[in-house]
Amino acid sequence: MMHFLLLFSRQGKLRLQKWFTPIPEREKKKIVRDMTTMVLGRKPRSCNFLHWKDLKIVYKKYASLYFCCGLDAEENELLALEVLHRYVELLDKYFGNVCELDIIFNFEKAYFILDEFLLGGEVQETSKQVVSRSIEASDMLQEAEIDNSDYDLELGWP
Amino acid sequence: MSPSVRLQEMIRVIRGARTQGEERGVIQRECAAIRAQFRQADNGTRSHNLAKLLYVHMLGYPAHFGQMECVRLIASPRYNEKRVGYLGAMMLLDEKQDASLLITNSIKNDLSHSSQYVQSLALCTLACMGSAEMCRDLAPEIDRLLRASNSYIKKKAALCAVHMVRKVPELGELFTPAARSLLSEKNHGVLHGAVVLITELCERNPDTLEQFRKAVPELVLMMKGLVMSGYSPEHNVAGISDPFLQVRILRLLRILGRNNDTASDAMNDLLAQVATNTDSSKTAGSAVLYETVLTVMDIKSESGLRVLAVNILGRFLLNNDRNIRYISMTSLQKIVQTDHNAVQRHRGTIVDCLKDQDASVKRRALELSLALVSAVNIRSLMKELLLFLSSCPPELRAHTTSGIFNAAERYAPSQRWHIDTILHVLTTAGGDVRDETVPNLIQLITTATELHCYTVHKLYRALITDISVQSLVQVACWCIGEYGDLLLRGECEETEPVQVTEDDVLDALETVLQSHMSSPATRGFALTATMKLSTRITHNVDRIRSIVSIYGSCIDVELQQRAVEYNALFKKYDHMRAAVLERMPVIDKSSPGHTNGESAGGTIKELEPTKLTQEIVFPQEPSNQVCDLLDLLGGSGEPFQPSPSLSSTAPGPASSTAGGDLLDLLGGLDVTPAPPSVTVYEKNGVTLKLQTDTQTDTGMTVTLTATNSTDGDITGLTLQAAVPKSVQLQMKAPSGDVIPAHGLGQVTQTVLLNNPNKVSLKIRVRVCYTSQSSVCQDTVQIDSFPSTAW
Repeated sequence: MMHFLLLFSRQGKLRLQKWFTPIPEREKKKIVRDMTTMVLGRKPRSCNFLHWKDLKIVYKKYASLYFCCGLDAEENELLALEVLHRYVELLDKYFGNVCELDIIFNFEKAYFILDEFLLGGEVQETSKQVVSRSIEASDMLQEAEIDNSDYDLELGWP
Repeated sequence: MSPSVRLQEMIRVIRGARTQGEERGVIQRECAAIRAQFRQADNGTRSHNLAKLLYVHMLGYPAHFGQMECVRLIASPRYNEKRVGYLGAMMLLDEKQDASLLITNSIKNDLSHSSQYVQSLALCTLACMGSAEMCRDLAPEIDRLLRASNSYIKKKAALCAVHMVRKVPELGELFTPAARSLLSEKNHGVLHGAVVLITELCERNPDTLEQFRKAVPELVLMMKGLVMSGYSPEHNVAGISDPFLQVRILRLLRILGRNNDTASDAMNDLLAQVATNTDSSKTAGSAVLYETVLTVMDIKSESGLRVLAVNILGRFLLNNDRNIRYISMTSLQKIVQTDHNAVQRHRGTIVDCLKDQDASVKRRALELSLALVSAVNIRSLMKELLLFLSSCPPELRAHTTSGIFNAAERYAPSQRWHIDTILHVLTTAGGDVRDETVPNLIQLITTATELHCYTVHKLYRALITDISVQSLVQVACWCIGEYGDLLLRGECEETEPVQVTEDDVLDALETVLQSHMSSPATRGFALTATMKLSTRITHNVDRIRSIVSIYGSCIDVELQQRAVEYNALFKKYDHMRAAVLERMPVIDKSSPGHTNGESAGGTIKELEPTKLTQEIVFPQEPSNQVCDLLDLLGGSGEPFQPSPSLSSTAPGPASSTAGGDLLDLLGGLDVTPAPPSVTVYEKNGVTLKLQTDTQTDTGMTVTLTATNSTDGDITGLTLQAAVPKSVQLQMKAPSGDVIPAHGLGQVTQTVLLNNPNKVSLKIRVRVCYTSQSSVCQDTVQIDSFPSTAW
């Protein structure tokens, strides 16, 4: 399973952090520091895989953002690269030519998209279209609710 | 105005802050506002305030006062509030916080909500931060959702179940039936979740594993479907149909096929098909191939399939993509022990990877290369390793040097090569070698008797070039001290001789002594070497005398002590100087002087072995001690600790006289054939007889006699003995270590035993010898003795 997923900029500023295991706040900060130092210190054409404690770290740079995840030792690193890529594709589809600013100003949407793609550290849906459709439907539900802000939404959509 | 603009406005302001202090100020103000808003009644802006707080939290500022707000928002009936509330719960609450328990009820309600998107929020949060208690509480709900809901919910419920099983393994039993039925679904998301769940269940419970083995045919069909299916727009990634699902199925098959022939057979064809048909030009295909290879190597696959898998790894090694090269080397590392020959075929490519730019790839290539060293390829491989050492990154140097030394020790084709290799390593990376390298190298040099001249020449040359590498300097000093006469002779067969004078050599040693680069240990080596040279040179003894007397007042206590002792050797004990500083015998690897950090350090240790080769009567014992030995009667398989015998060290004639002298010294140990003797070992023409002679109430003398009936001499004979714990054993020096052929002579060795507790006496004897150029080693146990002492 994936233990955590971090997005940070070239300057080491955190843009998104998703933790799939319970870790104390101080630990989390330390892990983020370690990851940023390790990943930002890599030479440009290095291999995308690292070892850190007993985890495999897989990272990929997309424009100015680093996507970094920590995996169990038995995970398939090449597939993890595909997972990161799929997430980027989903963000791209949603925001239309996504850039770092989109993720900064709409961070909660980035989380919502992530939560439709990964669950409990595992991939939950392997089809890009299904994930995109779910996000759209959730957004529509939210919009409808805001429009109908007079009454609560009890009945659901199929 | 759309509500979330306020959030974006705040973000803009924070980002506009020019200094850290300014940012802190902005955030403090915002947090104060948010706190005030939280205290107020519901005014429709709660979710936005929480969202702002979450942003601030991501920047690293404290946000714990938002925890209760999360709880409140989750309980709200409004979807957008729930959404942010659950997000906040996942970010701010974890199972260690007390507040997390408060949301259990909300989650429970939302799991049965009519809107699947609300259900989804609850499932997501539960799978992210659900504590063990919450899991136990809500497991039946999840089980219900696994069975009766739409595929959107089922896939999430499956992964939620995975989380629950990880937290509370006993829940596995609850989910097993539902998991089984999920395998017949068509929806890829649900199938993926089901496979992950089943994998988790099987990993934790062997019985469940047994059960799911029956599902192997179904999984094989599923996988075949994916591989052979045509283009599927919904799941296609770079020509591979749903690589995520394929990889998970392969992983499950791996677990099911492990240690089970039937299951492995059932998946053989499929794995071959996947291995051949998968296009690995993009990462997705490579990921599937990689998983296939891992599965093939882990189950009981047939050899053809294994070879196919190793070849795939070999192909990966040549791939342009660095990641794939790295992956392939990690996998090869795992299988190099079991499929050594298959991996050897790719040795060339692996060695090329030593030159890769990437540090991780280099590290992997190094480990693999070291694992691939064998007697056949040692020369060529060592060349590459030495080349690598000269340019390798600093963090890998220590590992490389120790790897090289191990390989050299195991597979050295000749002593000269071995010495050359070690010297090369010391010159290139002497600062990164282990401490035992110096004594190990010295021991090696002493055993290579024909190469003394060559070695001292090489080391002298290295010494005059550079005295900064301590390990090299120490060995060089030791050699010059020992073999300085060979250096001065000016002739050498193996290498170009140097034309040096005694002054040159003494200059070199003095430079080491005086240099501030030399460590105290190194200076000790240099001083002792200088002293030794006093017996090997002819003209400059006075110079040595003056050097030694200067160091008699050195601040370093160790050097001072040595200098004073050497001074004494010049003055009072000059008659003993030649004998004391004589050439050292070959150092046995297990002897005490060898395993110390400094091999030749310390005058006392140096003197001990040389004492035996003299005719001087010293009231001393050979360095054999009375040892406590393991309990033979327990029959444990541990290697016993033999009392070391000196048979390999002393040169021929001196030892037998020494042995004879010692026996005479201790008196009264006549080795006569009169007491009854028993043949205890007879093999390869070597016969070992045992005689006993009771001396005292508890003491006994055992004499071992070895004879040789073959046509060739037996050389290198050593006898070692072990007795039960309470018995004391003392081995005397043997009469020699060569048994002449045709029974023309014999070797005897006496063993003194003392059995104060009068236990039943057993003795285990290990015999080692070289016969017709092959080394033989045997162990015999003697349970009964010819004399009936007890």
